[in-house]
Amino acid sequence: MGVGIEVINLNAWYGNNHTLQDINLHIPANHATALIGPSGCGKSTFVRCLNRMHETNPIGRVTGTVRIGGLDIYQDANPVEIRRRVGMVFQRPNPFPTMSIYDNVAAGLKLNGYSNRRSLDEIVERSLRRSALWDEVKDDLKKKSGASLSGGQQQRLCIARALAVDPEVLLMDEPASALDPVSTSKIEDLVFQLKSQYTIVIVTHNMQQAARVAEKTGFFLNGRMVEFDSTHKIFTNPSDKRTEDYITGRFG
Amino acid sequence: MLNSEVESEPRAGLKPSPGQNPETAAAPEVSPVRGFLLSRGNSAIADAGFRWLMVFSGLSIFGIVGLIVWQLALRSQLSWQKFGFSFFYRSYVDSVTHQRIFWDPVSGHFSALPFIYGTLVSSFLALLISVPLAVGLAIFLTEMCPQALRGALAFLTELLAAIPSVIYGLWGIFVLVPLLRVYVNPFLIRWLGWTGLFSGDNPTGLGFLAAGVILAIMILPIISSLTREVMTAVPQSQREAVLALGATRWEMIRMGVLRNARVGMMGAIILGLGRALGETMAVTMVIGNTPEIHASLLSNGSSMAAVIANEFTEAVSDMHLSALIEIGLALFIVTVIVNALAQLLMWAVTRGAPATAR
Ligand SMILES: Nc1ncnc2c1ncn2[C@@H]1O[C@H](COP(=O)(O)OP(=O)(O)OP(=O)(O)O)[C@@H](O)[C@H]1O
Ligand SMILES: [Mg+2]
Repeated sequence: MGVGIEVINLNAWYGNNHTLQDINLHIPANHATALIGPSGCGKSTFVRCLNRMHETNPIGRVTGTVRIGGLDIYQDANPVEIRRRVGMVFQRPNPFPTMSIYDNVAAGLKLNGYSNRRSLDEIVERSLRRSALWDEVKDDLKKKSGASLSGGQQQRLCIARALAVDPEVLLMDEPASALDPVSTSKIEDLVFQLKSQYTIVIVTHNMQQAARVAEKTGFFLNGRMVEFDSTHKIFTNPSDKRTEDYITGRFG
Repeated sequence: MLNSEVESEPRAGLKPSPGQNPETAAAPEVSPVRGFLLSRGNSAIADAGFRWLMVFSGLSIFGIVGLIVWQLALRSQLSWQKFGFSFFYRSYVDSVTHQRIFWDPVSGHFSALPFIYGTLVSSFLALLISVPLAVGLAIFLTEMCPQALRGALAFLTELLAAIPSVIYGLWGIFVLVPLLRVYVNPFLIRWLGWTGLFSGDNPTGLGFLAAGVILAIMILPIISSLTREVMTAVPQSQREAVLALGATRWEMIRMGVLRNARVGMMGAIILGLGRALGETMAVTMVIGNTPEIHASLLSNGSSMAAVIANEFTEAVSDMHLSALIEIGLALFIVTVIVNALAQLLMWAVTRGAPATAR
């Protein structure tokens, strides 16, 4: 079951670059939340703060509070536990090139010592089906490497890998930016299905996509959260002029 | 709609190219950049020249290796004709001392076996000691070390590679060997004597172990700096992929770094092994230089490079000289075989998982 995410006064830096400034929002459980905004506004940085990935960058720094399901992830938990609960799909596909497709999907489970062979097979198949990759790879699951797939296939493989560990929250950073329309709509279907069980945060440059899959949408600009509201409101009647300019394509 | 834009533009730009008919080519508005590029011709001659130069460099390696092998084979003919293949295994038991004799220039008895044994044992011992240390060092330097310390440590490691081997030999004689003799060897005999690898009453402290330790230190910089290089080349996104699955730091290193770097690491190890097999001076100074074979790592022995260095200037009989040169040839062959086996191992390790990162 998904859990809600509460972000209070979140600030993030890359060195001296104050990338995120005083972000406050509440991401509801078991819904999809879309994050939109022009390139470089800090969307990726924001989602990376939600699983404590930002601090793995030597020059990355975070202050503020993030509560996931009531747990203050910067105070009361260590990053490893957090990341087991919060799955992530990166902006650029990053499959493991030296592993087979099967091992790529099973990586998270094997890492944590899960070794029941039969159920591993099942989980791998289910994850690949969900990420709409199964039909394309089912014949060479163990023969082909993760790197031998096309860019779009690699991204779906990464989605399957994140799904295999059954996270409570799924962070997706532009999961469909490298995909063709067919796979994109499959991913959107997936988000649609998943959001009844998981909390999904999806970064996208595609307005229609945000409108189709997400109940809530946040608009970022220059490291600030300009507006956060129901998707319907953001797209039909935004309260901030800058949001309106952005979604009508006047800048960004 | 995007397509038409992209396609039409370069076509317009290409118009005044030399292939087109002269009227359009003479169009007045050729931009300076285009004019310059057109004036360059197709550089065919330079390109061909460059190509031949490269082909020559590539082929010269065959020439060099061929010459070396030919000379070694030519000059070792005497011993080759007399002993044939038995050069690599013959020995006899002395009737008086009841010792097995492999190499006795005075009585004209020559065999490469103890030297091959010594070279292999000391080199593999060196790998055994060096590889874990080097990989550990590389991991520390790339993944854990504070930035400030990193440069200094890397520099120090590389400095080890710049020390001449005779200095290692001296250090071995004056520091390492006494240390082994007084502290390490008695300890090994006491606790690990039952394995048969650490026994005997060698009072000198010289021997296979001393050679192995010296070699380990000497090949450490090669292995660790190459390993560090391939580990640094692993993209950050691989580390993040593993971390995002909830990996601890060590799991991240194992799955995200070592796994991706393993082919390169194997290459580093092979290079280190190559150096260990051929290392002469330092080994000669600490291995003891007796042409004997013992299971115990604490006994004296010799290596192929060591016996050549030791006896070449003193060899009076033609047969002795010829035998030494044949050992040189054997060293060459052993190096080739070991490298081939290592490649095979590398292939076997990586075959399980499909192709590597590109
Ligand atoms: N690894 C990094 N090191 C230093 N600065 C960075 C790094 N990654 C991002 N930044 C800076 O942080 C700011 C926000 O970047 P971020 O990647 O979060 O943008 P984004 O909204 O995801 O953009 P896009 O839509 O192009 O993915 C940018 O100004 C960028 O220059
Ligand atoms: Mg981004």
